[in-house]
Amino acid sequence: MVDILVLVDHDGGTPKKISNQILTAARAVGGGEVHAALFGDKASEAAGKVGAYGATKAFVWEDEAAGAYATETQTAALVAALEASGAQAVLYSSDPFVTDVVARAAVRVGAGVVTDAVDLELDGDTLVATKPIFGGDMVSKCHVKGGRPQFIGVKANAFTAEESGGGAPEVAALDVTLDEKAKRAKVTDVVEASSGGRPEMTEAAIIVAGGRGLGDAEGFELVERLADALGAAVGASRAATDAGWYPHQHQIGQTGKTVSPQLYIGAGISGAIQHRAGMQTSQTIVVINKDAEAPIFSIADFGVVGDLYKILPPLIEEVGKRKL
Amino acid sequence: MRIICPIKRVPDTAADKKIDATDNTVDRDGSEPVLNANDEWSIEEAMRIKERDGAEVIVLCMGPEAAQTTIRKALSYGLDGAIHVNDEGVAGSDAVGTARVLAAALADEEFDLIIMGNQSSDARTMLVPAMLAEFLDLPALTYAKKLDVADGTATVQREMPSGHQVVEAPLPAVVSVVEAINEPRYPSFKGIMAAKSKPVATPDLAALGVDAGEVGLGGAWTQVDEITPKPPKEAGEKVSDDGSGNLGAQAVAEFLTKQKLL
Repeated sequence: MVDILVLVDHDGGTPKKISNQILTAARAVGGGEVHAALFGDKASEAAGKVGAYGATKAFVWEDEAAGAYATETQTAALVAALEASGAQAVLYSSDPFVTDVVARAAVRVGAGVVTDAVDLELDGDTLVATKPIFGGDMVSKCHVKGGRPQFIGVKANAFTAEESGGGAPEVAALDVTLDEKAKRAKVTDVVEASSGGRPEMTEAAIIVAGGRGLGDAEGFELVERLADALGAAVGASRAATDAGWYPHQHQIGQTGKTVSPQLYIGAGISGAIQHRAGMQTSQTIVVINKDAEAPIFSIADFGVVGDLYKILPPLIEEVGKRKL
Repeated sequence: MRIICPIKRVPDTAADKKIDATDNTVDRDGSEPVLNANDEWSIEEAMRIKERDGAEVIVLCMGPEAAQTTIRKALSYGLDGAIHVNDEGVAGSDAVGTARVLAAALADEEFDLIIMGNQSSDARTMLVPAMLAEFLDLPALTYAKKLDVADGTATVQREMPSGHQVVEAPLPAVVSVVEAINEPRYPSFKGIMAAKSKPVATPDLAALGVDAGEVGLGGAWTQVDEITPKPPKEAGEKVSDDGSGNLGAQAVAEFLTKQKLL
């Protein structure tokens, strides 16, 4: 049995989908108590919602310092939450900013860290994580060595969020002492680019990705329209981001993001190994490419050989009809 | 200004990976390892600061004797020297072990900036920059897509899923960079030749005062229980559009409906 503290990511008072998935996983695997830690603006509001997914206690630090400085203020809060909770394990979402917080906290408390888990099982008091490695070519099972706090990062969409029927959790405000060092990296501005109302790529259930075959930046308009018809995020191959057709943070692959949505649709992407390393663990893969020999067809569940400029417009229309 | 560029020697993504079944580590002799792609951006960024403001740029790498080739490759971009923690005992280190060794190698070094790739292409944990900063008790500016250094302060644009944060910290600081930060140069012939004679210090763990039991496979805080190759995926159905687009579109929509994805 293991008590688990879930570091809950939230957006203005609402826990993110991935955090509900992780709370569900924690409840299913740990056999012990499930607690939540929530930091930053409107953390209390978000804390009221974690009971529905099985957290019985929530540790809240709603200090503006959580967002005013990078990483280290939240690291201090996580260490305080772990101490207050008494949990033996921390589950967190595989997100770059969260990973920074967890990495520093792990060194501070002597915790081992396993990243990118897609499945969890319990062996005595030890969580054993299953994770894809080498871009999904292999699967590894690993765990944190005995006696240490177990920090495990969980990938989006690895678990299905299910409500527990639980009521509001017991909420405790954390007492976090910040020294001046925690305020060394100061956030002086936040520049939000428009996401077009689309979900974040690493969290999305569906991703529509475009590549070299689009021919130019305008081609991404078609990709965006298909994404919007499906409620999907937009991804891009390195060829497309290097050409400046789409922002770099949407790049999927070895040097960009690793994604594993329920559905990946690739348009005009040939599927170089560096790209496949970032998406081949997707549950269902659909590709459209005019080159019948493109390597991406070898990992596709469904492929269409044809001109994406001819196929995408009627597909967008058809998706719209069938969604109704 | 003195800049440290930690680098990693990684298996080529395109190569078949081999696992040593006795201890579940990567068999790094299985294919010719390469310089981690993301480290080319950190090296480029350091070189730009060197060329603009003047700086000494030092490569930092841990690994066996064979890592020399990767270090020379990094030096060929025009860097000034290297620290190679040359010790078989580092083999099998996890992220915390890696950060511990890198930090120990810098304990007696003077520097203003550590610039490194945000992740390695093999392990991809993204943990090491923040862990290294923690061991050295330094601020970290991570996922930088732009870096400015002036008046003892580093300022970065920190990449978010959409948009960025502007974050600043006093030097010395750790900076990790993402691909959008620059377009790396190719090593020049002159650089390749000059790399051969750049000074490379080669301390072992004992010289750095690192307890060998705290690093490597035995000192890792995590353990790999098993590694299994994923069975190769069988290609699914492939249809050819008739040139109208309608056939292809209908086929995809039909497939998605059948899979309950629509």
